[in-house]
Amino acid sequence: MGRYFLSKLIQSLVLLFGVLFLVFMMVRVTGDPAALMLSRNASPEQLEALREEMGFNDPALVQFKHYITGAILGDFGNSLHFKTPALPLVLERLPATVQLASVGMLMAIIIGIPIGLVGGFTPGSVVDSIGRFLALIGQSVPNFWLGLMMILFLGVRLGWFPTFGRDSWNSVVMPAFVLGLPVMGQLVRLTRSAVLEIRGEDFIRTAHSKGLEPRTIYLKHVLRNVAIPLVSVIGVQFGYMLGGSIYIEAIFAWPGMGGLLAQSIGWRDFPLIQAIAVFTSLIVLLLNLLTDLAYSIIDPRIRYGR
Amino acid sequence: MSIILQVKDLVTKFYTLDGVVNAVNGVSFELNEGETLAIVGESGSGKSVTMMSLLGLIPMPPGKIESGSASFNSEEGLCDLLQLSPEEMRDIRGGQIGFVFQDPISTLNPILTIGEQISETLIRHKGLSKEQAREQTIKLLSQVGIPDPELRYKAYPFQFSGGMRQRVVIAIAIACTPKIIIADEPTTALDVTVQAQIIELFKELRDALGVAVIWITHDLGVVAGIAERVLVMYGGRPVEIAQVMDIYKDPKHPYTLGLLRALPSLEAKESKRLKSIKGTPPDLLIPFKHCPFASRCDYAFDRCWEEIPPLISVGEQHQAACFFDLEEGGPRHD
Ligand SMILES: Nc1ncnc2c1ncn2[C@@H]1O[C@H](COP(=O)(O)OP(=O)(O)O)[C@@H](O)[C@H]1O
Ligand SMILES: [Mg+2]
Repeated sequence: MGRYFLSKLIQSLVLLFGVLFLVFMMVRVTGDPAALMLSRNASPEQLEALREEMGFNDPALVQFKHYITGAILGDFGNSLHFKTPALPLVLERLPATVQLASVGMLMAIIIGIPIGLVGGFTPGSVVDSIGRFLALIGQSVPNFWLGLMMILFLGVRLGWFPTFGRDSWNSVVMPAFVLGLPVMGQLVRLTRSAVLEIRGEDFIRTAHSKGLEPRTIYLKHVLRNVAIPLVSVIGVQFGYMLGGSIYIEAIFAWPGMGGLLAQSIGWRDFPLIQAIAVFTSLIVLLLNLLTDLAYSIIDPRIRYGR
Repeated sequence: MSIILQVKDLVTKFYTLDGVVNAVNGVSFELNEGETLAIVGESGSGKSVTMMSLLGLIPMPPGKIESGSASFNSEEGLCDLLQLSPEEMRDIRGGQIGFVFQDPISTLNPILTIGEQISETLIRHKGLSKEQAREQTIKLLSQVGIPDPELRYKAYPFQFSGGMRQRVVIAIAIACTPKIIIADEPTTALDVTVQAQIIELFKELRDALGVAVIWITHDLGVVAGIAERVLVMYGGRPVEIAQVMDIYKDPKHPYTLGLLRALPSLEAKESKRLKSIKGTPPDLLIPFKHCPFASRCDYAFDRCWEEIPPLISVGEQHQAACFFDLEEGGPRHD
């Protein structure tokens, strides 16, 4: 258990270092970073001043050392647009992003898994048909279209939910639903097929041959095995949701990190982009670590390295 | 000797998209207290479906038990297994009739400890507390020959070899001291030396517990060492029932003879080659109007293609379903 977790931790650290390196390279191999950061009609003096300020004139290794020590201390330099340190700007947006992703994931889990379970235990039933329809919708309807339709009908016509911003308690409902729907569909499908598969396993027949009550068999023998694939999908998808809701945040004017990322790309605010990229990666890596932990708690084969 | 289980005219079918699979077509047999009955037949001859029908383990749908009865002398008295309510059946399953399946790799839940998987049977049927069940389980583990039972209680199936896993499955089957153990090809998935150990263990436990055993196998070779009587099945039907020695020395059905000739034997001369039965097992999607074995039989004559031979008495405690008299070398006169 300890060894398994330690190896995962080391893996994550190596990956994090890789991300830092990639972000560092991206800014520097795509041309003259100073020219990229400033507008096209900047004077040579302005360019030179920026290079000096950002340290682009130093040897690459020195730059990298500065960059890494900065990153470790949470210092990604000043945002070019806001002229204030980049990381606090990112952290400011964090609660909105976490709220959106968590509510979206919660909706997906609370709706998707029960429907998938019922579908798996009673294939062909009404709930199963609803579930399969939901899975289809979730994976085929484009989220920007769904977002606009929800704004139009639930927001404007019916007035149930605010159409933009994050000012009222129910502002989160529509964007979170749009964000969560594909995952909901995926969870329905995955849960259903996992239940069907596990129910057909030999060890379930063994459980029946022991005379156990069906309820015991479902809870103890089926569900725990079904949880294994679900945990990994939920972990991966939650990472995506935390990192990549640029469209949805834009449509609903949600003040999260995705919106900030879109803006900072427009501004060519490299320090800010770097801070967002590294910070998001850090979240995803942490989440993967948590997923692995949950995984190893449920599945002893993982825990014992098999 | 009293009869503990009497099965009569069991018929089980599967209604699949390809058509109706006639898996079991009128199986009758009886099992005496403490006796070991071997059920032998090629793969697909309906051995497993017969046993699972008796215990309500057939997936329904597509499966359906069309007719038959199975009177079982249970702790509560005589009852027909096929007429029990699901609750009553669950009390018998695992409690009074234990089951050992073929593949020990897949028959244990991979994410529960083996101790848990044994003790849940005890808790279900014996009403033991968790702690009592634990103690009992540790005793069972040492009884089936698993070293360090206290330590192994907490182990998971993947930490066991195939043979050790089968011992765990056997421990589950005997946990509640059942009256019958049904062992469905319990050694088929194991290698030969382990096979012998498991058979040895089975015999020990059987004699110690006085339990009746139904030993299913497709290998007539292992039967002599363990069973008292043999039921040979073909195409979902019993084709011969006899004392184990009569099966080897005096088989009355050409199919049994074929199975025997396919066995390697110690007395046989080096040059004699093993003969497997020609042809393939019958297509169970087509209901039979004639002897199901006729197309593969060296002795088939016109009558075999006209009607299904019934199981008739051909000697003391010996029945066979064949129109041909192997001893006389001609059609049987009756
Ligand atoms: N769930 C099922 N659906 C359809 N056919 C089945 C099912 N289970 C078993 N059968 C069929 O029943 C026949 C007998 O199978 P089985 O009893 O498992 O044979 P064996 O003698 O090898 O144990 C086979 O033809 C098999 O294909
Ligand atoms: Mg079988």
